[in-house]
Amino acid sequence: MIQILLIAVLSLLAQLILPWWSLAIVAFLVCLWRGSSAGKAFLYGFAGASLVWLGYALITHSQTDGAFTGRMSELLFKMNSAAIPLLVTAILGGLVGGLAGLSGFFVRQATEKQSANRTYSRRRS
Amino acid sequence: MRYLKATLVSLLTISFIWALNRSWGSIPAFGPLLNPFVGFWQNAESVNDNDEEITLKGTKSPVTVVFDDLAIPHVFAQNDHDAYFAQGYLTARDRLWQMEFQTHAAAGRVAEIVGDRALELDRYNRRLGMGFGAERAVKEMMKDPRSRESINAYTAGINAYISQLTPAHYPLEYKLLGYAPEPWQPIKCAYFLKYMSGVLALGADDLNMSNVLKKYGLATTTDLFPDYPVREDPIIPVGTKWDFTPVKVPAVPATILPDVGSKSVAMNWPEHDPAIGSNNWAVGPQKSATGYPILANDPHLTLSLPSIWYQMQLVTPTLNVYGATMPGSPGVIIGFNKQVAWGVTNVGADVLDFYQIRFRDASRREYWHDNRWKPISRRIEMIKVKDKPDVIDTILYTHHGPIMYEVGQKPFAKNVPIGYAARWIAHEAANDFLTYYLLDRAKNHDDYRKALSYYGAPAQNFVFADVAKDIAISPNGRFPLKWKDQGKFLLDGTNPAHDWQGWIPAAHNPHVKNPPRGFVSSANQSSTDPTYPYYINWQFAPSERGTRINQRLAAMNQATPDSLRALQNDNVNLQAANALPVFLPYVQEKDLSGEQGKALALIRKWRYNHDVTEIAPTIFTEWMRQYIEGVWKDDFPSNDTTTLRYPSFDRTLHLAEKEPTSRWFDNITTPARETIGSVLTQTFQMAVDSLSRRHGPIGTAWQWGPHKATRIAHLARLDALSALNVQIGGGRSIVNATTERTGPSWRMVVALGPEPKAYGVYPGGQSGNPGSPHYLNMLETWRTGQLNELLFLQSAMDKHPRIKRKLVIK
Repeated sequence: MIQILLIAVLSLLAQLILPWWSLAIVAFLVCLWRGSSAGKAFLYGFAGASLVWLGYALITHSQTDGAFTGRMSELLFKMNSAAIPLLVTAILGGLVGGLAGLSGFFVRQATEKQSANRTYSRRRS
Repeated sequence: MRYLKATLVSLLTISFIWALNRSWGSIPAFGPLLNPFVGFWQNAESVNDNDEEITLKGTKSPVTVVFDDLAIPHVFAQNDHDAYFAQGYLTARDRLWQMEFQTHAAAGRVAEIVGDRALELDRYNRRLGMGFGAERAVKEMMKDPRSRESINAYTAGINAYISQLTPAHYPLEYKLLGYAPEPWQPIKCAYFLKYMSGVLALGADDLNMSNVLKKYGLATTTDLFPDYPVREDPIIPVGTKWDFTPVKVPAVPATILPDVGSKSVAMNWPEHDPAIGSNNWAVGPQKSATGYPILANDPHLTLSLPSIWYQMQLVTPTLNVYGATMPGSPGVIIGFNKQVAWGVTNVGADVLDFYQIRFRDASRREYWHDNRWKPISRRIEMIKVKDKPDVIDTILYTHHGPIMYEVGQKPFAKNVPIGYAARWIAHEAANDFLTYYLLDRAKNHDDYRKALSYYGAPAQNFVFADVAKDIAISPNGRFPLKWKDQGKFLLDGTNPAHDWQGWIPAAHNPHVKNPPRGFVSSANQSSTDPTYPYYINWQFAPSERGTRINQRLAAMNQATPDSLRALQNDNVNLQAANALPVFLPYVQEKDLSGEQGKALALIRKWRYNHDVTEIAPTIFTEWMRQYIEGVWKDDFPSNDTTTLRYPSFDRTLHLAEKEPTSRWFDNITTPARETIGSVLTQTFQMAVDSLSRRHGPIGTAWQWGPHKATRIAHLARLDALSALNVQIGGGRSIVNATTERTGPSWRMVVALGPEPKAYGVYPGGQSGNPGSPHYLNMLETWRTGQLNELLFLQSAMDKHPRIKRKLVIK
């Protein structure tokens, strides 16, 4: 759970000053540091990133009269529904975060086992 | 294995991000677009009532801007420079994408943004000489210190906005199309003017007329395409004395046509759209309730979003002007100050002509003119294309102007005579800004006349009223001094007698002050009656709008701003009122089906009003379209290589009135002998049948509002950002000239007096941002024919319940 919170907070800070895809680096690093399984790493990344995107989008949507969200839905998805842009925003941010988290975990797995192996072989010699 | 997995998934992640970070054809980059930190969410705005203070480099003293409840800025500056700086800054803040896109379009730079699908459009604008004209115009503007300083300050204000802009705050359209704004330059103001000339002064059917002439000879052509309409009520009232001694007009040359021979000169230049016109008028003191003049103006353009106009008040120690500005141009274009009010409608002068060019040889380095070979100059145009290599285009120039398309080149939209040089008023160096600069500061009729003398193009009917109780109107612009009908047909580029030979002196432009009838008006009809000693054009917009306005103004007494507002919304179709009593008796009722009979009954009962719920205007409009085709299509057929045009509605109606047995009613492609009665009956049946196919049995779907379905389209043609199916009455040749796509882009009424009282509205809002509550907030007021009061403030301290917030620029 701490990972989700970390990804959310750090990616929020990163996106304030860095390009949008900086969230991927955050999710990658967090899961590289603390990933327990592939499924969980994806979940952490997905939840952390989508939480921020959805939250920010929801705040924007509720502060304005919402007609704009409908227009954008019509423009991008050919359907006038405020829910669609919100949902797609959350899923898109989530997918980027999730994939980056998954990558972080697999890299961790690759380097971790390698270093475990090294420790083992060192001990044997 | 684990390396492979790590590598594959990492690569997948990176590719996914890469794919989201770029656009794919017209599909925008979804990553940055949906990201709430930089994407479209950032463009969502709520109503802002908070005062602001910002620091910008470029002002000489602090500027206070007061915003009213419609987000209209009232600028209070301590000098003119700061006022124009603030105008640039504020306009950019609300309309940056629009002002840049329009000037990009004029400069032939759309392909740079959207890719090669705009290449031919860009090529066309460049071959038309937009860049050539803009370069000459900006030189002229920079010569005069008044226009130079206002344009420079305006430019600096726009750039002050652009320079502090981060990608997250780019206008939505940049995010959708995936590009970034560039710094503004003075030449972009010139490009904007050329853009307007392109909209208003590019009509020509010289080629179609030449083809008509070739087919039927001069007598028939003159009979069917007369130089003055049957029904007309010109802008300068008949009987007005000309207060000048005319200069000598060039003699009509022995040959008025180039030797076209059998050469193919196909292509149809886009005919001037008669729906793009405007109304303006002013009633004098004897007709107004207050004893001071009242002025009204509504310019009709292709309605678009962001709104064409941007309201603003500019106040400095030497200036206090309010009105409609155009994003891209400093100052107020249509407006008023404490002493005067003015407005414009389009003249529609014949200021675009085509000259047939004879080259010496295939190298095309010299052309024949005035009995000798003259050198061709070449202009290289570099067209940038998104995701593709640059395209280089070489354009040949003669002293007439650019040869738009050479033999072997395929013109954009088949619309230009091949091998002809275009002579266009917008190629001339003129300082049109100065006219508006001076009008913004005008105090009386003399100032107005002086301001008009600087104006070039697009020629406008400038209406005027002042607090000294003068009213005036003048079809004004730079008009070439031509022989009669010079440019009605294609011209001979080798014959110097066919050249433009000087100009009508500015003081000789038609004008009238305080005519006895107590009002002045224009609706794009003929500038003058045939007694005017110069040729401006052989055809103008149909007369009905102007005639209707004049009828109502003549009957008007004790006029108030509201009576003029009501006239702006007049939905009576004078064309129908003139035509139906002539046409209806010819319809053979016995030949009609049940549904057709019902339609006829509706038309008979009709009071000629184009209101939203009326069904008759739908039937009448479709019937007349079919009737015009029915009478003329067989005689003036157009195909891919030869295009002709039909006689006007005015002439067609006259044919029915005076020559009902004319041979033109016979369809020469059938063995039978058609008559006016059979054409009217058949086309009525066809009209009703075609409407039935489209709308089903006669019912609400046939009503004028739903049938017309007025559309105000976003400039990038994005339906979701447009206003579709706007339910409003009016139509072509009607005072309320709202058609399917065109209409009153700004309506203004100004009552002069000790304190001017003004009203106005346009279809849209102050903000160009589709995410702003001010994007479309004036649409409903406009649709229902209402006007908002325009707050004419005297100082930044003025109190008014509609004042919402303040911005201080330090």
